[in-house]
Amino acid sequence: MSKAANALGLVETKELSFASPPDELLLDSGEKLGPVTLAYETYGTLNDNKSNAILVMHALSGDAHAAGLHAGEQNPGWWDDMIGPGKGLDTNKYFVICSNVIGGCKGSTGPSSIDPRTEKPYALSFPSITIKDMVEAQRRLIDHLNIKKLLSVVGGSMGGMQALQWVVSYPDRMRSAVPIATTLKHAPQQIAFDEVGRQAVMADVNWRDGDYYGRPLPARGLAVARMVGHITYMSDASMAEKFGRQQKSNEQPSKFGADFEVEGYLRYRGDNFVKRFDANSYLYITKAMDRFDLLASKKLSEVFKGVKAKILLIAFKSDWLYPTYQSQEILKACKLSGVDATFVEVNSTYGHDAFLLEVNEETHLLKHFLEGVPA
Amino acid sequence: MKLEHEVIVGWIEKGSSVLDLGCGNGDLLAALVKEKQVKAQGIEIDEKAIYECVAKGLSVVQQDIETGLSEYLDKSFDYVILAGSLQQVKKPDPVLSAALRVGKKTIVSFPNFAHYRVRLQILFGGRVPVTPSLPFEWYETPNLHFLSISNFIEYCQKRGIHIERSAFLGRGSLKALPNLRAETALFVLSA
Repeated sequence: MSKAANALGLVETKELSFASPPDELLLDSGEKLGPVTLAYETYGTLNDNKSNAILVMHALSGDAHAAGLHAGEQNPGWWDDMIGPGKGLDTNKYFVICSNVIGGCKGSTGPSSIDPRTEKPYALSFPSITIKDMVEAQRRLIDHLNIKKLLSVVGGSMGGMQALQWVVSYPDRMRSAVPIATTLKHAPQQIAFDEVGRQAVMADVNWRDGDYYGRPLPARGLAVARMVGHITYMSDASMAEKFGRQQKSNEQPSKFGADFEVEGYLRYRGDNFVKRFDANSYLYITKAMDRFDLLASKKLSEVFKGVKAKILLIAFKSDWLYPTYQSQEILKACKLSGVDATFVEVNSTYGHDAFLLEVNEETHLLKHFLEGVPA
Repeated sequence: MKLEHEVIVGWIEKGSSVLDLGCGNGDLLAALVKEKQVKAQGIEIDEKAIYECVAKGLSVVQQDIETGLSEYLDKSFDYVILAGSLQQVKKPDPVLSAALRVGKKTIVSFPNFAHYRVRLQILFGGRVPVTPSLPFEWYETPNLHFLSISNFIEYCQKRGIHIERSAFLGRGSLKALPNLRAETALFVLSA
């Protein structure tokens, strides 16, 4: 492991619990959820006037562990390249918070959590949640940390949707926003891939209408969903570069074995995912993404009305899951409302995964952009 | 600072809002922020140039200026600047119209193709000219259109564009015979 990966040292996931009955969280659907636990991590130090806090939000399968190392683990958090001393989100200067989402399975309340009323996992009795609900829960966390105004809200993919939702829901609570490889609303192609993933989960006989806790997991279904997902995160060029048509040599000969490297990779990714992610959470969160539409009740010219925050938009040329035109649509909304915007389309071949991989460009952009955010 | 930039910085009032079309590495916008505390926004098509702008603390969007102006509201900037970029777009006419719509005032600068050195090089050299303000060989020039000061003034008259101010630069600022002697021309325009 490189020294840089160690730079933050050991970190821990913390939990905030709130919304105990009768003060439950009122959800977008009209249903109530409580008590709610939200998992989060923090890096760096909050300054005296609480003006250096940056909220980072993760993508579909991410978690609160964005950087540093957990005790006894080998791999750092999912955005360790970007968060730490001297990095793009410099923890010598900034207090970085990474929040998990409700509906997830990484320490926050979700379908695999125990419903206090029944003392069993919620499973499908868990209410539908939206990106707005995720942000509502995070807003409680930011209140709890006594931060009135965030320096920035930053996220890629679904994290970018949350960043946009933050700007729309609470325009006075941040001085800047950095939505990366994201969109104002899911397009049919994005919904289509999510639906294939959900159908794979629900077609698994072990899924049993979501009632599988304490039984065999719908592992094949979730693995297939993840395999489809991984295809959409890469690009034709990045797959060709990574795998080519290279054959796996150690595979036992069989008619439909994983002959090619790419097959082995997808199988490995699929199987690995099952160990760390709950199938019902996958259903709930992908639905939240599909239903996300900031233009549902507002025109493009109204969506950022009154927004004072500076916005940095980053898209990636080969990203066909969240194509550049979707970031350009966000840019249009900025222009129509006179929002101070910077937009870059990074010339990357990594596809949607680029937001995790194009570290040099993102470091340069974030570092200078954040320095220029007015106090 | 380039003389051309000095003139533009001199023209713009403190605290103005400025949109620079084809802002390149952001030198002009950075000078405007420093000298005139303007609210600056740039549009630039080149990704590498965007990184330079961002390093200067500028807000800049990576777009083609031929399509990037449509969402800006009418008169949403005090100044829209086309510093040496109008002759590089495919269709200068709609770009200038859009600039005049979006800006209360528009500043345009371009290399004067009727400068005497250009004339001499064509007349006696029989070759496409290469001069300090037109420094490129024919096969690598970003300039798609070649116009003179007289051409531009005629164009403005034809389109009903009001010329509020002008400056003509050679080895300094020029007054007499600009179409023959100026290498670069600058105009402040309004619709």
